[in-house]
Amino acid sequence: MKQEDLATPNKPNWCPGCGDFGIWLAVKMALTQLDLKQEEVVIVYGIGCHGHMCNFTKTYGFEGLHGRPIPVAEGVKLANKDLKVIVVAGDGDTYAEGLNHFLMGVRGNHDVTLIVHDNRIYGLTTGQTSPTSEKGRVSKSTPTGSIEVPVNPMALAVAQGGSFVARGFSADPKQLVELIKAGINHRGFAVIDVFQNCATFNKVNTVEWFKEHTYRLEDTKYVPNDRMKALQIALDEEKLATGIFYQDSREAYDQDVPAEKGDALVDHDISDIDITESMEQFT
Amino acid sequence: MAENKISLRIGGPAGMGIMQTGLLFSKCCARIGLHVFDYIEYPSLIRGGHNTYQIRADHEEIHSQVVPVDILIALDEATMNIHCDELRDHSIVIYDGKTVKPENTRLHCGIRCPLPMSEIIQELGAKEIMRNTLALGAALGIMDYPFEVCEGVIRDIFKGKKEEIIKEDVDAARRGYDLGKEKYRHLSQFTLHTVDSPKRMVLTGNEAIALGAVKGGLKIYAAYPMTPASSILHTLAAWQERHNIVVKQTEDEVGTINFAIGAGFAGVRAMVGTSGGGFALMQEGISLGGITETPVVVVEVQRGGPGTGVPTFTEQADLKFVLNAGHGDFPRILLAPGDVEEAFHLTTTALNLAEKYQTPVMIISDKYLGESHKSAELFDTSNYTIDRGKLLREAPPNYLRYEDSPDGISPRTIPGVPNGLFLANSDEHTPFGWSCEEIPNRNTQMEKRMRKLETLKQEMPGPNLYGPEDADLTIVTWGSMKGPVLEAMNWLNREGCKVNVLHLTWVSPFPVEAVTNVLVNAKKTLMVENNFSSQMAGVIREQTGIAVQEKLLKYDGRPFWPEEVYDKVRSML
Ligand SMILES: Cc1ncc(C[n+]2csc(CCOP(=O)(O)OP(=O)(O)O)c2C)c(N)n1
Repeated sequence: MKQEDLATPNKPNWCPGCGDFGIWLAVKMALTQLDLKQEEVVIVYGIGCHGHMCNFTKTYGFEGLHGRPIPVAEGVKLANKDLKVIVVAGDGDTYAEGLNHFLMGVRGNHDVTLIVHDNRIYGLTTGQTSPTSEKGRVSKSTPTGSIEVPVNPMALAVAQGGSFVARGFSADPKQLVELIKAGINHRGFAVIDVFQNCATFNKVNTVEWFKEHTYRLEDTKYVPNDRMKALQIALDEEKLATGIFYQDSREAYDQDVPAEKGDALVDHDISDIDITESMEQFT
Repeated sequence: MAENKISLRIGGPAGMGIMQTGLLFSKCCARIGLHVFDYIEYPSLIRGGHNTYQIRADHEEIHSQVVPVDILIALDEATMNIHCDELRDHSIVIYDGKTVKPENTRLHCGIRCPLPMSEIIQELGAKEIMRNTLALGAALGIMDYPFEVCEGVIRDIFKGKKEEIIKEDVDAARRGYDLGKEKYRHLSQFTLHTVDSPKRMVLTGNEAIALGAVKGGLKIYAAYPMTPASSILHTLAAWQERHNIVVKQTEDEVGTINFAIGAGFAGVRAMVGTSGGGFALMQEGISLGGITETPVVVVEVQRGGPGTGVPTFTEQADLKFVLNAGHGDFPRILLAPGDVEEAFHLTTTALNLAEKYQTPVMIISDKYLGESHKSAELFDTSNYTIDRGKLLREAPPNYLRYEDSPDGISPRTIPGVPNGLFLANSDEHTPFGWSCEEIPNRNTQMEKRMRKLETLKQEMPGPNLYGPEDADLTIVTWGSMKGPVLEAMNWLNREGCKVNVLHLTWVSPFPVEAVTNVLVNAKKTLMVENNFSSQMAGVIREQTGIAVQEKLLKYDGRPFWPEEVYDKVRSML
């Protein structure tokens, strides 16, 4: 698949300077660099500004409901294990409305690559606090400051048995492309939380802010094979790491399902199923 | 003397193995060629409470349980107290003479048949739970049932278990059998013996749905456990390897429906099952299936609501909810089976319809149908073919997934098909799937989707009319109430009344003309349904403008007994 194959008749409608642009470019670069067939890629989108990407990226796509792209993606993968299944979601999507699906996806290790556009704010609904906003965030819905402490997606994923846990940054395309490629190649649930700015509604976590507060794990001697060390890094909310926090090679969900041993389910012949033995069971 | 006609009830605390013993008796009756129907009541707890299992068997076809009890097995005094009014003078009452004292209860009729159950269990060194088997053995002895058939049934039920476990059961049954026969056979008016008949299954509506799903090419079943839908999950889960299917217990019902829609989008037949509360959580997902035109089958096995309600009891009070499932306008298809045969066949149909019409298809059942066993001949599948509708495994040039079409159905590719790319979009969309809020496109897409119902109306069967065409009274009913209503109709017609029954199994699209025709010509009409607000009568009025004259409603968590329907009709004629 080439870059132009991914093009659609629609122009991006994100605000100028939105971090979504960087993530979008990285997704397209990763897809083309991996040399995948276009029809073998399914992207499932959440609802939010990030989800608008569905209109600018030509693959088999599914734009579902706010908070619910993960279970849709799991269903797609189990129906046709030959597909590469990617989820593009928001922080509201993943860590508020769909937190249950997030934890269960990590736990089940479904072979899905999850890319979370983490702008620490609700973009599409015009600027309410998000589960990743810091405590005290003043927003339209929290005029005197939010009361809850933020969700820590990296720590949750590491603690919940994540087999691939990583963080990127929309303004570091080089690293992000590599993370997405590694995530797609990973046989299991790949969590890639991507820091991004919201040019319109988040005046706190700007590109500069993220640059000041992040460092790249690749620039250190860190080896992502120790869950306790990964947790330690994940819990550090002052110096925010980007890169792969943790990876292992436990079996993906479909690899443990008896019916998935042979052909993909979608290729099973259902034209004349014999149920005699099952009926006899009731006699 | 009553030959091959029996109504038996076992009652006792939960956790005593009553369910298994009841099913054993149902199977014993079917094995000698009788028709069987059973009905189970149990509270929402694992131990204690009051469980009962009622089995009716007959050499003639039957459709439901009845009130009178011929044989009562009372495993505790509560059972005797609660059910003594169902007994007649010649009814047999079996109990453990040591632990159950009739004088402590209201027992006022029937033939008392105490057995030294505790002693025998001790002597056999068997588990306490074997008391049931012993009592059932006694009942079989009292009816002079051929014991070797019972042993065969026990061996089949425990197939795969260790011989000593099987033998423990067989021995307990045998001891009870011999004792019952020796001490009480001469007092009994009831006899069971083998009659000629085709081979029959004994299965519940839920099991019939599971069988139908497999026959219908199901590949993925997803559910979150919820009574009374759970046995669909259990049955299919046990068949995963035999039938090469994937069964997934999901994190919640929101996950369930979205997971199944993902599977449907990717090209496999997917189904979910739940009860009212779980169905409530699926609303947004069902609506998503509507706008993305994704095939999915949703089974709603109703229990008594609202809220947690009476979770192990029955009701038909989700009809209007399911009919209006999901927000917005989209084509909803709703089928309502009335017995195990319909549960099987309508499930196979539902899986075809979902793919053919590319929209969610719902099946509404309830605890009464879902968990009551009925005997049925092996299902005839010779007329069934898988119809995948306009599914394409190769895309034509300039393919557009949501292209307008006269029947409302557009050709559908699935991921993996070259040049068949599209976007399944929960936002309103263009023929490719791109988000679009422009007026002409919105109208075209909305009208295209809704047109599918018009297309379906042309191929759907009408409702069934049972009994004489020219009747003095027409009973209207739907879903699981078919059984008690047909039973009552048969009794009435046998006595010279002229009563027929209009039974609805297709609720959406609604068979307006067929129902109108029957009701316009009916002399008197009576609606029978298992809810407070007579929801189906409301639907009929909305669809046809006709008000059904009288209503017989029940919302206490129990199904109708045919006697109740009979009495009501008698009062109207
Ligand atoms: C069930 C439901 N609740 C609420 C909404 C409204 N809604 C749309 S997007 C969104 C949050 C967007 O935030 P996020 O997921 O972080 O995405 P972003 O717009 O920032 O990319 C909400 C609450 C919805 N579409 N569906």
